[in-house]
Amino acid sequence: MRTDQDLDQLVDQEYKYGFVTDIDSDTFPPGLDESVIRAISAKKNEPEWLLEWRLKAYQIWLTMTPPNWAHVAYPPIDFQSISYFSAPRKKGDGPQSLDEVDPELIEVYNKLGIPLEEQMMLAGVAVDAVFDSVSVVTTFKDKLLEAGVVFCPLSEAVHSHPELVKAHLGTIIPQQDNYYAALNSAVFSDGSFVYIPKGVRCPMELSTYFRINQQNTGQFERTLIIAEEGSYVSYLEGCTAPQRDENQLHAAVVELVAMADAEIKYSTVQNWFAGDDNGKGGIYNFVTKRGECRGDRSKISWTQLETGSAITWKYPSCILKGADSIGEFYSVAVAGKKQQADTGTKMIHIGPRTRSTIISKGISTNRGQNAYRGLVKILPGATDARNFTQCDSLLIGDQCGAHTFPYVEVQEPSAQLEHEATTSKVSDDQLFYLRTRGMTEEDALNMVVNGFCKDVFQKLPMEFAVEAEALLGITLEGAVG
Amino acid sequence: MLTIQNLHARVGETPILKGINLEVKAGEVHAIMGPNGSGKSTLSSILAGRDEYEVTEGSVTYQDENLLALEPEERAWRGVFLSFQYPVEIPGVKNIYLLKAAVNAVRTHRGLPELKAGEFLRLVREKLKVMQMDEAFLHRNVNEGFSGGEKKRNEILQMQLLEPTLAILDETDSGLDVDALRIVGEGVNLLRGGDRSIILVTHYQRLLDIIKPDYVHVLADGEIKLSGDFSLAQRLEKEGYEGIRAA
Repeated sequence: MRTDQDLDQLVDQEYKYGFVTDIDSDTFPPGLDESVIRAISAKKNEPEWLLEWRLKAYQIWLTMTPPNWAHVAYPPIDFQSISYFSAPRKKGDGPQSLDEVDPELIEVYNKLGIPLEEQMMLAGVAVDAVFDSVSVVTTFKDKLLEAGVVFCPLSEAVHSHPELVKAHLGTIIPQQDNYYAALNSAVFSDGSFVYIPKGVRCPMELSTYFRINQQNTGQFERTLIIAEEGSYVSYLEGCTAPQRDENQLHAAVVELVAMADAEIKYSTVQNWFAGDDNGKGGIYNFVTKRGECRGDRSKISWTQLETGSAITWKYPSCILKGADSIGEFYSVAVAGKKQQADTGTKMIHIGPRTRSTIISKGISTNRGQNAYRGLVKILPGATDARNFTQCDSLLIGDQCGAHTFPYVEVQEPSAQLEHEATTSKVSDDQLFYLRTRGMTEEDALNMVVNGFCKDVFQKLPMEFAVEAEALLGITLEGAVG
Repeated sequence: MLTIQNLHARVGETPILKGINLEVKAGEVHAIMGPNGSGKSTLSSILAGRDEYEVTEGSVTYQDENLLALEPEERAWRGVFLSFQYPVEIPGVKNIYLLKAAVNAVRTHRGLPELKAGEFLRLVREKLKVMQMDEAFLHRNVNEGFSGGEKKRNEILQMQLLEPTLAILDETDSGLDVDALRIVGEGVNLLRGGDRSIILVTHYQRLLDIIKPDYVHVLADGEIKLSGDFSLAQRLEKEGYEGIRAA
């Protein structure tokens, strides 16, 4: 019989992407006060209104306390020990093409198996690569511009499209929304800005690779995507990070706005360093993601594969304001080692005939703790609103945990809600069966787990789905149960 | 090809096999018959590499190698195949995906190039025809919602694709109606010949009427009590295990 010791041993795998690249960087000393915020703003040549906006957020943040309701445990974070700005130093005015990008940076991407050149050629993907805090390279911009699509670092959009940024920034996730959103609003470093004009179908998948690389540097990405009437965009976000000793805080904010008949598909593959066997050194991933289906018949779809981070605290949500608008959440979350994941979604139904679908697949291995936390709220007037929720948990071994916290608030009698939940274990029978067919124990486990995740993976864009399966394989390498 | 010597095995503290001796030469078909609880399925599982049984004594040599030292997949790569009594469901995994992964895993370890999608499809279509299975089978999840007969046919389909050197068929006839029994039996017959050895583990004679074995062994209480040719199976059918035991 397979023992749990065997399991633990198999689960124990060095983080594959654990290397630190030494790029000449420009990093603030640790600490946070008004002068740091002014300095960040000054570094980016920000307009006065944005500095004021940041300072207001900082004042709000000072009055708040960190949330403690999630099913996660960690020592208090010392916000004064974090450095709030880190940028790879630019030569000249910044690179116009890949040739001008620091070769060491390109090497990092190559090590991760995601060479930009190849990606662009093969997949036709425009990549806005965020290395630490500043977007270093933005590609395919011309082709996108031709279609009228704006895809650039948020810091650039502040200058090139100030009216759009000003009109939407913080309208979906206000500064006071939550502790980490307030912190992000005060110190956000950079992120992506996407604008899809009326009636335009974005000609390619937009992709950003995030990578945390500076030791002890908080990451405060901020992304804003605006889809005008009748437009469509698919946005991919993928992350990896090098190994380190100290916990790193990542508090990103992502805001999406979909006007009438617009559709935004937002996909994430997250593979940040999960920490060692005791959870030491892993990333704290406290993210606020929210989309608003502002117009009638608009649609926002979140798909995520969360394999990394020591702690994940993340609830991509949809506010379904427009009549007949649709919100979707497809998630695979893996918690192994001593990882803690508390993730789920909120579907807020405001408009009539709004519909939402939630498919959550939680995988727990080793001593991982995986929690689904979701809220389906149907407000008065959301007549005939419908929700379907399915939460499945898969356990590998017997020291891990799966928890489900589904909240439902219905204030509209005509609403219809369905909820299904299952918990299962990868059985020895399944693994043995596949092994007698020539698959190694790891391949067998991958096959079982990928089968479990299929409903979610098939929602990912093709190239991403392949990568997702590969990442899941790396994450579960050895986690045979 | 396969030599089992004085094999003892137990589950926990309970002894199941109490000294099995069996010699299977290349190309031979052996039937192992016996009442429920005699250890038939335990023997099949041990040969395929299931680790819930503890071998306490004896040895199993396969193609001059210590079979018991090999992982289940290593046995598969060397041509050992087990058709399961209860094939396992793998939710969300399409049958074709498993079949292709299995064929290519085995090919890779035999030093053959992996089959490309088109080549594999041609091969699997040909085998589906033999097993009188619909192509829709390929796109259903592995064994999920399959009837008993469909599951067994799917096992033999896998056997057709993997072309094992030693096939162990564990109660392949259970849960089959007459037609399915014939299809499965004929599917196995097609694989007979050359150096391929087959061990049929069964309770009843009916499958043996289609796949005529070269040798029949009666397993009872963890030991092979009697060995003979096909006529032994016919005798068993007539006299029952009790009759044979009494004799």
